[in-house]
Amino acid sequence: MPNLKDLKNRIASVKNTRKITKAMQMVAAAKLRRAQEAAEQSRPYTERFNAVMSRLAASVGGSDSAPKLLSGTGSDKVHLLVVMTAERGLCGGFNANIAKLAKVHARRLIAEGKEVKILTVGKKGRDSIRRDFAKNIVGHVDLTDVKRIGYADAQGIAKDVLGRFDAGEFDIATIFYAKFVNVVSQTPTAQQIIPASFDAEEGKDDASTLFDYEPSEEGILADLLPRGVATAIFSALLENAASEQGARMSAMDNATRNAGEMIEDLTIEYNRSRQAVITNELIEIISGAEAL
Amino acid sequence: MADTMQFDLVSPERRLASMQVTAVQIPGADGDMTAMPDHAPTITTLRPGVLRVEGPEGEAEYVVTGGFAEISADGVSVLAERAIPRQDMTQDHLDEMMEEAKTMYSSAKENFVNEPGPVDDAAKLLSDMVAMGDQIGLSSKQPNL
Repeated sequence: MPNLKDLKNRIASVKNTRKITKAMQMVAAAKLRRAQEAAEQSRPYTERFNAVMSRLAASVGGSDSAPKLLSGTGSDKVHLLVVMTAERGLCGGFNANIAKLAKVHARRLIAEGKEVKILTVGKKGRDSIRRDFAKNIVGHVDLTDVKRIGYADAQGIAKDVLGRFDAGEFDIATIFYAKFVNVVSQTPTAQQIIPASFDAEEGKDDASTLFDYEPSEEGILADLLPRGVATAIFSALLENAASEQGARMSAMDNATRNAGEMIEDLTIEYNRSRQAVITNELIEIISGAEAL
Repeated sequence: MADTMQFDLVSPERRLASMQVTAVQIPGADGDMTAMPDHAPTITTLRPGVLRVEGPEGEAEYVVTGGFAEISADGVSVLAERAIPRQDMTQDHLDEMMEEAKTMYSSAKENFVNEPGPVDDAAKLLSDMVAMGDQIGLSSKQPNL
């Protein structure tokens, strides 16, 4: 039977933990709302951009002169995996799920005899991937100091990726991030960004309109494809930010509830042992009195 | 013919404007152009410059860099990587953009020694920035080309 003082301390410490997780949950909720707004704001840009790109890609893509960013290098030997995770933990399976998806992907590619290079964004993913693929990691982008993800951050990552592509370091680039479905569910997703693919579903209503292109279709495409990479990375970063906060929110909600249950159990145990002590004392007093 | 058309200006971070306008003056890569309702469908890339919008509610000006404009019969959408309302444009913004263009120019000069294409592109970007600075009356610290 644990003594009363220990139990009391235990209850106090679990109560403190519950306060912290509760506070973290509320902070995550506020941040989630902001992250969702940011994602919402960027949607018009991304949608229009992809609509125009899919149209352009459809008309130029078939020709031999298509830029490498669209048609690929003609080989698929070297893969670059850009793994985007959070800078901080305590958000449930968020980081682990993305890292796991990337690892499965990497293992499959290696088994197929391809070369894999990994660029990590976010500290948590790097830590987890370094355990299995330390020598495949070619770079890391640190966003610890970034409070609010801006387009400039995405541009920085895009520049890094494009520089490597121009230098011929890889043939195919894929980004890994968690798509925000709702607060309790985020889906780890792999999306290929180089060579770029745009869903052509938008094309159907615009197909009849013939556009003039200035300077030229090829010129515009060459100008826009690198921006497309930045745009894809930007929206992935925003999705990721929202997912992270969502995951943290539900993880902290669980933690708060568990702490509550634990406090209930401990309180019952505390009361029982207190009662036992009292009963014991009574028995001693009574039997003492009878002995006289 | 319609008097007005839909105009949208979006940057990756937010939607800056969405309104009915009568004319939009676009700083296209091959030169300025003005789009009015029932313009032939056109897509053009942007150079750094000032985008001027005229509408029933008055005029508005935005400083834009990088991106493209999509003109169709019933509207214009401008997608700019960076768009700032003219009145919010400060020397700091311009300095920052100039700095970026300069780094691009110098890195292009290093990386593409015997290929004039990318170097010229970067030089053009830089001079466009300077021209834009002059146009909006901010000092652009004339670089040495």
